[in-house]
Amino acid sequence: MEDLRFQHRVRARAGGIRKSAIVGVVASGNLEVLVERVLPDTECALDIKTAAIGFGEVWTAVIGDFVERYSPGGLRFSINDGGARPDTVSLRLAQAVRLIAENGQ
Amino acid sequence: MTAPLKDITPAERARGTSFYEASARTRLELLLDAGSFVEFIGPEQREVSPHLKIFDLPEQFDDGIVVGHGRLDGSPVFVAAQEGRFMGGAFGEVHGAKLTGLLRAARQIGSIPVLILFDTGGVRLQEANAGELAIAEIMRAVMEARSAGVKVIGLIGGRSGCYGGGGLIAGCCSALAVSEPGRIAVSGPEVIETNRGVEEFDSRDRALVWRTMGGKHRRLLGAADVFADDNVQDFREAALELLGLVGPFGLDSVKAEQERLADRLRRFGACEDAVDIWTAEGIAHAETVPELPADQFIALADRIGRTSRDAR
Repeated sequence: MEDLRFQHRVRARAGGIRKSAIVGVVASGNLEVLVERVLPDTECALDIKTAAIGFGEVWTAVIGDFVERYSPGGLRFSINDGGARPDTVSLRLAQAVRLIAENGQ
Repeated sequence: MTAPLKDITPAERARGTSFYEASARTRLELLLDAGSFVEFIGPEQREVSPHLKIFDLPEQFDDGIVVGHGRLDGSPVFVAAQEGRFMGGAFGEVHGAKLTGLLRAARQIGSIPVLILFDTGGVRLQEANAGELAIAEIMRAVMEARSAGVKVIGLIGGRSGCYGGGGLIAGCCSALAVSEPGRIAVSGPEVIETNRGVEEFDSRDRALVWRTMGGKHRRLLGAADVFADDNVQDFREAALELLGLVGPFGLDSVKAEQERLADRLRRFGACEDAVDIWTAEGIAHAETVPELPADQFIALADRIGRTSRDAR
């Protein structure tokens, strides 16, 4: 297992009022993303535990692209990864942001 | 034409969602009354397995089981749903403890039924001792809850089926609903082949696996009470039906169940294949049963009858 941590300053707060949301399952080629609204509006953090060791550069690129596109201010993402491909990671992150922006608790 | 999402009722969405394909969380969301689910020990509490780290394996925040309470047609229910894609839905220490705790809470309250959405290969071998103990604790907790008057209903239609200790727990439930892909057994196909040889059971023969362990056979044998089509709404309706059917539980029902099983062994013990059993049950052209669509199969199964409600 490899642990990775990313912190970004972002331009805007993520939408919605939900406190947390979860998407995905830890399985081969899949991952779960737990997102919680616990940070100041201009910050975003991602903690990743991945079964695939040595892909830090790819994660850096995928996360950088995601933060730029969605500006997920105030959100902390905790990820358990079962070796998902970059496109699956991007999809789950987008789903997590969308879910926490929905109505509900 | 696809209708816009907002025009679809929850029931229509549940009817259009395959139970087999859905995640544990989606199954619960669509099975229960819309918006009624409240989770216990949710993923944000990060109550993960203490064992997987030792094996350098990834954890899941809910340890592969979602437990909580909600409403079914307005009435309160406790629910547990296993996630069959995380480690085959297998029982580990935390996973098992969450279900044990739910059942003990149900026993204490006494009047709120429990729905268990099984999706499991059995014990998680990386935490074998803790997993085996969890199975024993859950079986005891099911029987104690039932003795206190709690109805415990098993719903089985997931990709991992209901195997190993999961099959034992299912056998302790008040009643079961199963769909065709929802297999129920203790030893799985590969386990039987490994231990007894390919002549005994060829695990690559999918038709053999399905007609021996699949939902249709389990319904015809009386192990499952209701056969559901593979969508969440059918399972919701099956759960409601079973909650209305289940009677009181006591020593008499255990004795009646023992008698039912002994009778089943007397009638079918010499049969070599599930098709022989169906033929012995009086089904004409029994070999066509696996191909029957759900509605035709349900009509056939209703003609064969159900397990007496005195048993189980």
